[in-house]
Amino acid sequence: METTQIMETIRMIEEEKLDIRTITMGISLLDCIDSDGARARQKIYDKITRLAAHLVETGEAIENEYGIPIIHKRLSVTPMSLIAGASADTNFTAFAKTLDAAAKETGVNFIGGFSALVQKGYTSGDARLIQSIPEALATTELVCSSVNIGSTRTGINMDAVREMGVIVKKTAELTAENQGLGCAKLVIFANAVEDNPFMAGAFHGVGEADSVIHVGVSGPGVVKRALEKVKGQPFDVVADTIKKIAFKITRMGQLVGHEASNRLGVPFGIVDLSLAPTPAVGDSVARILEEMGLEAAGAHGTTAALALLNDAVKKGGVMACSHVGGLSGAFIPVSEDAGMIEAVEKGALNLQKLEAMTAVCSVGLDMIAIPGDTPAETISAIIADEAAIGVINNKTTAVRVIPAPGTKVGDAVEFGGLLGHAPVMAVSQESSAAFIARGGRIPSPIHSFKN
Amino acid sequence: MKAILTVIGKDNVGIIAGVSNQLAELKINILDVSQTIMNGYFTMMMVLDLESANCNFGEIKQALNDKGDALHVQIKIQREEIFTSMHSL
Repeated sequence: METTQIMETIRMIEEEKLDIRTITMGISLLDCIDSDGARARQKIYDKITRLAAHLVETGEAIENEYGIPIIHKRLSVTPMSLIAGASADTNFTAFAKTLDAAAKETGVNFIGGFSALVQKGYTSGDARLIQSIPEALATTELVCSSVNIGSTRTGINMDAVREMGVIVKKTAELTAENQGLGCAKLVIFANAVEDNPFMAGAFHGVGEADSVIHVGVSGPGVVKRALEKVKGQPFDVVADTIKKIAFKITRMGQLVGHEASNRLGVPFGIVDLSLAPTPAVGDSVARILEEMGLEAAGAHGTTAALALLNDAVKKGGVMACSHVGGLSGAFIPVSEDAGMIEAVEKGALNLQKLEAMTAVCSVGLDMIAIPGDTPAETISAIIADEAAIGVINNKTTAVRVIPAPGTKVGDAVEFGGLLGHAPVMAVSQESSAAFIARGGRIPSPIHSFKN
Repeated sequence: MKAILTVIGKDNVGIIAGVSNQLAELKINILDVSQTIMNGYFTMMMVLDLESANCNFGEIKQALNDKGDALHVQIKIQREEIFTSMHSL
């Protein structure tokens, strides 16, 4: 072992904020299905608290022994519409409260899976779950919700797109005293993945094992620092540098994931190779783009820079661990990234540019505050645009926007913690109402004749 | 279990002695040592064998933290795998 390597690892952790963003335990609730809602909820509570009883203490022990911060411990469960749908309950909020109580009992930071998959159509459980989302998010703290409204194989369910615009608005209104915080816990996906460890979109897919451990890594600060050493050099060097550093970051994820899986006796699932920023200084994806030579995120060239970054992170990470999954790429949440916030505040970055960026990175329009009076149809149209990018390009896209009640462009919304601070961004003032009113489905795309 | 100990701080009398004494008290064997002065800072790394240590990892870490405070240096102990896994396949 070279002493320079030891010092490099310590510097990455201490100065460049390398951390494991999350250890997420996925738990299947399929065996908790019951025609009696109360009985189902009891089974759900018992199963989660039994399987995840030692998750937090195990995470803390690993953190302590290896000296690498593990910021969050989380849970993801089978989409609740599948479980609660078997009951006669008309409102699923009680199921969300059960998830919240189980999460609090185990001490985790979040629980994801108050979800429905309606890319092609609704079951009665899906319909009831989606209608329950605003109340569920307003009356729980740790529950995260997601709805998949499109996929490359099925096209886009425009009825669901229309409904989700209304649901986002209602969620914001019910959490108005917290500036629409409920919307920060609600993601609308196209091509959602079943093994995502990141919130708010994590759920435990039905193709997964009974329980499994996923790990999400982080480390934008480490990438930025590595690029500082290759200033002015050609992109071949930039790509290589990112690959090498992504390899090292991913090795940490692999180590922590395996260790957690061994100690908990739960199979290891995947490492999600995402660069996930936090509002802390030095932990920003936007700063990486700036380091490549852009004055601010949002300048012309940003999409190209992000495409290179996203691809190089995957290339470096894939070799470093046995199973890669989840979203894997670069995240560009506005409120959670100091460089993005600054770019928006100085007018360098707008919603249109962010939309273009989502075509080449791993998620979508994420943690963006929009004016409180934005019509539901406009939110639905934003979701439809984003879903189209994902469906046509065979990738995951998502929308997590917060129509913060009572705010207008130029205001700012303060969520605090990892969720950060969001400047309210302008949306188009032109109406999309007649477009959204159509409903129905946009057919799945053809996958020949690619150009 | 092997671990890497790093000691960083302003150079002073008795750092190596203090650290090695503490390790001996904890029944921890030192397998390798490297020490240098980097930019005026005392920097020491040790590879340790914790196999016959007389307390658990948390207690060892606490004891070394306290020793670091007394010696006015920062002492970190981390399991070896974090370094080997990052830098080798």
